[in-house]
Amino acid sequence: MTTTTAARRGQDDAGADGAAAATSGSGGPGSTARRRRRGPHHWRRRRKEYSLFLLMISPNLLIIGTFDYWPVIYNAWLSLTRWNMISGAPRYVGLQNYENLFTSSSFHGILLNTLTFSAAIVVGSVVLGLALALLFDQKLRGRGLVRTVAFAPHIVSGAAVATLWLFIFDPAYGLSRVVLDPFGIESPRWVNDADWALIALVIAYLWKGIGFVAIVYLAGLQNLPEELYEAAKLDGAGTWTTFRRITLPLLSPVTFFVLVTSIIGTFQAYDMIAVLTGGGPGDATTTLSWFVYQQGFRASDAGTAAAAAMLLFVILLVVTGLQTRFVQRKVHYT
Amino acid sequence: MTAARLRRVLLYAGLVAVGLLFIGPLYWLFSSALKEPGDIYQFPPRWLPSWHVENFAEAWRAAPFGDFFVNSLIVTAGGATIKLVNATLTAYAFVFLRFPYKNVIFLVMLGALMVPNNVTLIVNYITVSNLGWVNTYLGLIVPSAGSVFGMFLLRQYMLTLPGDIVEAARVDGAGHLRIMWQVVLPMCKPMLVTVGIIAIVDMWNDFIWPLIVTNTVEMRTLPIGLLYLRSTEGYSNWGAIMAGTVMVALPMLILFLVAQRQITRGLTGGAVKG
Repeated sequence: MTTTTAARRGQDDAGADGAAAATSGSGGPGSTARRRRRGPHHWRRRRKEYSLFLLMISPNLLIIGTFDYWPVIYNAWLSLTRWNMISGAPRYVGLQNYENLFTSSSFHGILLNTLTFSAAIVVGSVVLGLALALLFDQKLRGRGLVRTVAFAPHIVSGAAVATLWLFIFDPAYGLSRVVLDPFGIESPRWVNDADWALIALVIAYLWKGIGFVAIVYLAGLQNLPEELYEAAKLDGAGTWTTFRRITLPLLSPVTFFVLVTSIIGTFQAYDMIAVLTGGGPGDATTTLSWFVYQQGFRASDAGTAAAAAMLLFVILLVVTGLQTRFVQRKVHYT
Repeated sequence: MTAARLRRVLLYAGLVAVGLLFIGPLYWLFSSALKEPGDIYQFPPRWLPSWHVENFAEAWRAAPFGDFFVNSLIVTAGGATIKLVNATLTAYAFVFLRFPYKNVIFLVMLGALMVPNNVTLIVNYITVSNLGWVNTYLGLIVPSAGSVFGMFLLRQYMLTLPGDIVEAARVDGAGHLRIMWQVVLPMCKPMLVTVGIIAIVDMWNDFIWPLIVTNTVEMRTLPIGLLYLRSTEGYSNWGAIMAGTVMVALPMLILFLVAQRQITRGLTGGAVKG
């Protein structure tokens, strides 16, 4: 979602100016008539318009201020304190919480889980999403139906999708055994095995999300200029060369959108982790986001949770920052 | 077989494989929800459901699904309505009203998209408990009732409307509320539908906030109720658990089938442009 914003900001401002010009009516044939109306009433009318503006945006502004911006400030303060969230007040401890996090080896494991999970989802989304989009772009009968079924899991609750996959991963009676059995492979214990739990999480998560990625890529593919492909054909370029030299580079803004939304998504994932693994076995699938929940609401350690949340926030800011710069440089050449 | 023919055969094989990959698990979900325990606990499985609808009754008995449904409906209807109203009012104000530095204010509000939910979790819980809203509908709804993305989509849409029509209505002496209601909103209908549906999906599926802010079984929403059902049934009754899963998933699947175009446009619309 953030990409959207960044990618469009340029045209945004131009549009806003246009609208301002339209409403204030500066210049153009109507301006003399309007100037005549200026007078004692003018300022009263303008004040009325200002108050109406404030009235209209204030409910939204109040909610966003209270539940989006205030938390950033207060969370930053909490990360410098120790507090059990129940009684007493936060006690200032300086950078202690951050120090504890960075020196704890289990936290290193959690960071590694987060990065592994995120990287697997990003790579999986880009590769599989693009492959699906290329398939959906062919004129095949029934592609509309397949596209619909592939997109459907994206709007189903993560808790429901995860519960379904929990059953699929049942080593004795699940669908995974049905699929693996003909190949003579015994089903792993998936979510109950520390070596397999993260893989299980990645599979279920990708199944829920790649239909969406495919649709995004498909929209990108359908926007590519026809002429380039005709030119490439005339030059005798093969399918693979055309794909590598034309399609991939032209799709790079879409790829970046997918990259950033995937990273943001995995960094905020709760529902599928909660249902599939609960962060376990042990810490095997505990990511940064799950750690924040656990510390805050299970271990009642507001300081540690807040420090981990700040860390996560900074990582995401860097990612979105990079994306904004990249998109500004690159998006225009399409 | 010619190369072109072979290519088509391979493409169709790929399409069928992808179709199975997505239909398979979904079929597994719905058929299991309708299977007798005896048919679930055997290998190889019986593929056809035995129309054992008792699974649903059993899920309903094991967990108060009636409460979950009522809670999800109230939270979704209330939350999505307020979100939509907020998106509309804010977008209209930013496009059609004058205010000093309004574009700066807009960007500041848009910046809220950068704040991840992890950062807001703890503080919002503290705020809501100070307001005395823990385990109430207010606590479930209000923190999510602001609209940033919806406001953005609607504002972009309103900017494309022909300014003359609004100007003409103003010259006729119509006030802003009337212009909004009678002129602008009817023209924004497709985008209003999109924004409204996205809000509904978001509220219905929300997980982590309802998990934190409610603390009795009776106040849980459906996704949390499903977690509760699994913890009471363990792994011993997949039929009932799949029935519960169907109850959580089906309303959104139906909504998706009805409003597929609006949903895809809203979710992907921002991604690709030009």
